[in-house]
Amino acid sequence: MKYLDEYRDPQTAKRLLEALQRRSREGPPMKLMEICGTHTVSIFRLGLRQLLPAFIQLISGPGCPVCVTANEDIDRAVWLARQPGVITTTFGDLLRVPGSSSSLHMERSKGADVRMVYATFDALQIARENPGRQVVFLGIGFETTAPTVAAAIRQAAAEGMDNFSVFSAHKLLPPAMRALLDARDQQLDGFLCPGHVSTIIGAKAYEEIVSRYHIPCVVTGFEALDLLQGITLLVDQVEQGRAEVLNPYRRAVSWEGNLAAQHLLEEIFEPVDSTWRGLGEIPQSGLKVRDAWKDYDAAERFSMPEIQVKEHPGCRCGEVLRGILTPPECGLFRKVCTPQDPKGPCMVSGEGTCGAYYRYQMT
Amino acid sequence: MCLAIPAEVIHIEDEMATVRVGEALRKASLMLLPEPAELGDYVIVHAGFALHKVDPEEARESLRLLRELASAADEEGLN
Ligand code: SF4
Repeated sequence: MKYLDEYRDPQTAKRLLEALQRRSREGPPMKLMEICGTHTVSIFRLGLRQLLPAFIQLISGPGCPVCVTANEDIDRAVWLARQPGVITTTFGDLLRVPGSSSSLHMERSKGADVRMVYATFDALQIARENPGRQVVFLGIGFETTAPTVAAAIRQAAAEGMDNFSVFSAHKLLPPAMRALLDARDQQLDGFLCPGHVSTIIGAKAYEEIVSRYHIPCVVTGFEALDLLQGITLLVDQVEQGRAEVLNPYRRAVSWEGNLAAQHLLEEIFEPVDSTWRGLGEIPQSGLKVRDAWKDYDAAERFSMPEIQVKEHPGCRCGEVLRGILTPPECGLFRKVCTPQDPKGPCMVSGEGTCGAYYRYQMT
Repeated sequence: MCLAIPAEVIHIEDEMATVRVGEALRKASLMLLPEPAELGDYVIVHAGFALHKVDPEEARESLRLLRELASAADEEGLN
């Protein structure tokens, strides 16, 4: 396939890998964080962690949208699904994430109308076909997903729909990167920046982080060569004491990003402080529907009660998301918590670190 | 989950395209694409929306850089 096979070429991959293996480093290992859950999965699928020399340590970050969604937001989604007459629409991953006492999946088996959709335009279509019922779309995701939700809100307004709203629990990644660096509970030496979040926000979005924290950022694609290139460019920078934003993933990411999507995001949403699982409240890291569009904000349309949040005892997903704990260090991993019976979101999601460890048999 | 693979535009009707990824056909809205798409273009698709058109020039350039990196790696190996 075009734009694919050439980035998987095993010969070139071998050369890049061998070059990394020939290098060495004094002192503690270099800690490189892959922010994005799709990177985590690619890295595991390729078995890269075992192939890299010991001085390079890859750490999975908070880039799985379902995983970083706070329990209180899962609980709110469950509350919405329970409201009479409501059709709840969402992307698949969220369904089986356990909240304090229930999940959307459990609500569905008790009769709630929860539907998986492929895209926000499918949720709009459900609303058109069910004029007597309220359709809520659960907006969970990063900068890549949020514009598709903003597009749906604008479309609903253009059609004058009065039965469609969005529960916005979107999150922004650069504020989370800053929060990780501010926490100072570990030394990170570089970021493999997310591929398709960067398609929207542009490589320039990391400039501020690079200059403030002097940490190299490389926007990286998902194939074997992309990842090896990203890692090599980070290792080079760390060794030379440089910190720059580099964007070798230019086939999918420009310096400025997708301006049309950025403008739409700006028009529909405003940044707000937001609570992340594991990272706590991060300033200006969430997106709220602006007042001008509040007719499409589920938080305005429904008066949600205060919800008492309960975390699953023993689940250490929060620490996994910060990269300070690996899943096998969690007492529940594999013994109690499995993809069939997940105790935390990091095991549920296809992009979750616990799920990746489980599926690829890492101990 | 991100669809990491560029998809080929094979049909366009108004703002909705049909794209091919390997054997699979999917719908992709063109509403968020900053530039017009044509049949045969490759686009990055996420959650049913095309978000970026792959620029063949950029792709060639990035492949060249990759090969350069690999050759530099080889030379290092010889030293
Ligand atoms: S293995 Fe399960 S219980 Fe442990 S941190 Fe991961 S998701 Fe939570």
